[in-house]
Amino acid sequence: MAEGIKDKVAIIGMGCTKFGELWDKSADDLMVDAYQECVEDAGIEKKDINAAWFGVHFEEQSVGKGATSMALALKLPFIPVTRTENFCATATEAFRGACYGVASGAYDIALALGVEKLKDTGYGGLPGGPGLMGTKSALIMPKLTAPGAFAMMATRYFSVYGLTPEEGKKMLAKVSAKSHYNGARNPKAHLQREVTEEQILNAPIIAWPLGLFDCCGVSDGAAAAIVTRADMAKNFRPDPIYVKSLQIALSSGEELMYTKWDGAHVETGYRAGILAYKEAGIKNPREEVSMAEVHDCFSITEAVTMEDLQFSPRGKVKEDIEAGRFNLDGPQPIQPDGGLKCFGHPIGASGLRMLYEMYKQLQGKAQLPERQLKNPKLGLTHNMGGFPAMNIISVAIVGL
Amino acid sequence: MVGIKSYGAYIPRYRMNHNTIFTAVGFLGTFPPAGENAVANHDEDALSMAVAAGIDCLGDMKREMVDCLYLATTSQPYMVRQNSALVATALDLPSNMRTADFIGSIKSGTTALLSAFDTVKGETSSNILVCASDCRLSKPGSPQESLYGDGAAALVVGSDDVIATFEGSYSVSYDFPDRWRASGEKFEHAWEDRFIRDSGYRQFIMEVISGLLKRYNLNIKDFAKIAYPAVYAREHGAIARRLGADPGQLQDTLISTVGETGSASPIMMLVAALEDAKPGDKILVASFGNGSDALFFQVTEKIKNITGRRAVKKHLNSKKELTSYEKYLAFRNLAPMDLGMRGEMNIRTPMSALFRERKVVLALCGSKCKKCGTPQYPYQRVCVNPDCGAIDQMEDYRFSDKKGTVFTYTGDNLAASIDPPSIYGFVDFDGGGRFWFDFADCDLDAVKVGMPVEMTFRRRYVDEASGVHGYSWKAMPIRA
Repeated sequence: MAEGIKDKVAIIGMGCTKFGELWDKSADDLMVDAYQECVEDAGIEKKDINAAWFGVHFEEQSVGKGATSMALALKLPFIPVTRTENFCATATEAFRGACYGVASGAYDIALALGVEKLKDTGYGGLPGGPGLMGTKSALIMPKLTAPGAFAMMATRYFSVYGLTPEEGKKMLAKVSAKSHYNGARNPKAHLQREVTEEQILNAPIIAWPLGLFDCCGVSDGAAAAIVTRADMAKNFRPDPIYVKSLQIALSSGEELMYTKWDGAHVETGYRAGILAYKEAGIKNPREEVSMAEVHDCFSITEAVTMEDLQFSPRGKVKEDIEAGRFNLDGPQPIQPDGGLKCFGHPIGASGLRMLYEMYKQLQGKAQLPERQLKNPKLGLTHNMGGFPAMNIISVAIVGL
Repeated sequence: MVGIKSYGAYIPRYRMNHNTIFTAVGFLGTFPPAGENAVANHDEDALSMAVAAGIDCLGDMKREMVDCLYLATTSQPYMVRQNSALVATALDLPSNMRTADFIGSIKSGTTALLSAFDTVKGETSSNILVCASDCRLSKPGSPQESLYGDGAAALVVGSDDVIATFEGSYSVSYDFPDRWRASGEKFEHAWEDRFIRDSGYRQFIMEVISGLLKRYNLNIKDFAKIAYPAVYAREHGAIARRLGADPGQLQDTLISTVGETGSASPIMMLVAALEDAKPGDKILVASFGNGSDALFFQVTEKIKNITGRRAVKKHLNSKKELTSYEKYLAFRNLAPMDLGMRGEMNIRTPMSALFRERKVVLALCGSKCKKCGTPQYPYQRVCVNPDCGAIDQMEDYRFSDKKGTVFTYTGDNLAASIDPPSIYGFVDFDGGGRFWFDFADCDLDAVKVGMPVEMTFRRRYVDEASGVHGYSWKAMPIRA
């Protein structure tokens, strides 16, 4: 029985750029910005880095294939650099690679960096195209977009749990309003304005039943982490953050092609959660996980993720949302930094951006005192790549 | 005895009232007569409609029995790449068969039908599917725009269990330059209507029907129904009077409800006549276009066995008005519309992959696990049932003829579409299997979780740069 990597790896430095429509920043600029903050935070120099993992999803939009672009941008001195790509979990996969590199004893210090330059496409939303789906799929799949794919989960959730579209949309509006509240208090967020539930409910429909504010932003950004072996961590800083678990789960095709899946949850999310809790030794996630940054690409995604990760009982997330459980001042704050909702979702960077928030919160270093959570012990990050019916979920848990 | 074994038809859901056309382009001096046209949706063309008529016609007939397909059309998307072979693939017909395109004249429908009878008589094929379909592009403001409608019809021709015996024919052929379209041209040209009416339409129909009556020693009064297209509605009646036919003998021409459907027109009228026919009825059908073919049939007792066809009647009654002429122009790509940058992405069809996956893409075939019985789309080698997982225990399984229900859906305003929102969702098939599909011919407000749907073959895209017309299957609310 594999014992996992709990407490074998520590984060000793992190960096995260401001996210946004950064018309004057290239992917290389973003990489350098995130890297600089990260190594300064870790108190190390370039020569200390033994290996690096580089996450980018839409290589055609920014940096090209392979990992050379990061090696070149940062002038990494002929060290191993590996590119990871696993949809929206791309950055978390880079982090996982770095952690495994260190945990295995192959390296002492490793860098994980994720970047995405989305705002060079010329249109809103994520870049589309049949290249995303593979040759055969492109010939038979519907003309999907991300909002549409997740809207179908909202339709399904409303249907399974007997919510009228009005009731469902109202529940989802609270999810987005909460994240906007948090984002308004985060200087690194793309969207830093509070939005009322009325504004959310009255916004134009993007993909029925999801409206504009049910969708996360589309942004540029980069984030990075330096990891080392746990036993070395305190040589670098007094407050390293330890990795408790790193797990991913991928769809088997069952959701898309078999008729058992109810469409109102993400099966991989549930499975990855179970794996992660086991590795971290968590028995009661609702009570033990202090806070989380989950993949709120759409409001419905965050809602079902609360159930998938067992923060809320199945079909009961509405009650928890209405009770304010996940608010900044609630018992289990979700998206304390504003989430994808306010940061936008530069695919290759998001997972590390989420870890950055957990890292800072655990160290008590959230930028503004008003958004610093009280004594968090365990933070969870969750990415969902792909669509509810075919996806990858990553769950990372970090703590003191 | 050689004859017709089955019939089917297809009329697109949209109808455009001639007033809509007049309001938009009346300033050009176009004064269409009262009526409406059947208008193909943006994702339909001659091939998709031929497939729809073929499905209606084949009913429960085993597809393996069909050993020949003739397609008649003047609006085929491909000049090279056999259109009938594409239709045969979409219908999941066997590959050991003959396929042929009958093109170039709107009498090609009857010519294909005549050829089918000859082929069966010659004993080289025994069950021939004849599809006639037209979806013609007309210049905005032209008389053709209100005259032409979109539609398709299909017949199975064979020598056993026929519902109508083929009794005889008479043909005339002229290089009649009434309308023409040269290679590479988008729109057809037309000579003066009075010339077409007086020197062609009237002459050829009279000549071919008189010739038929004489050849078989028949009287016009012998026929229960006489069907020939109404290129000129008033002249249509005048010809009947000259032939000595009673108005009651004339088959409705569909001219004011569907429009003149080109190659499909006489076949659609024949199908409509068969829908109402009684055993013993004699039916006369004549086409028009560079001459004419006249055919006559005698209905048998087996006509009573044909049930469940939508044919002309049900399709006629299942309609939605297209009130926007601008939308019609957009559907036909007759006015450049902004789909945004997202809509300008290049589509490239990997033809080798398309051929390899033709049953999956064009015939909507998946697989069914022989071990656990789970149907799955697309074809899988490893069974998707988590409790099974058998490898290479699959048999082909066709989903195109299965009905299903909507598992979930959305109306997407972000996806590039000429008719937003782009509606799509998951379908759970009756008998098992689930996949996601674009939805066709539906309105977002009417779609519900659990709504029954059927599958329809549609044009997925036209890639003008590579000249590819791409097709796949969509789900639609049960039609009629």
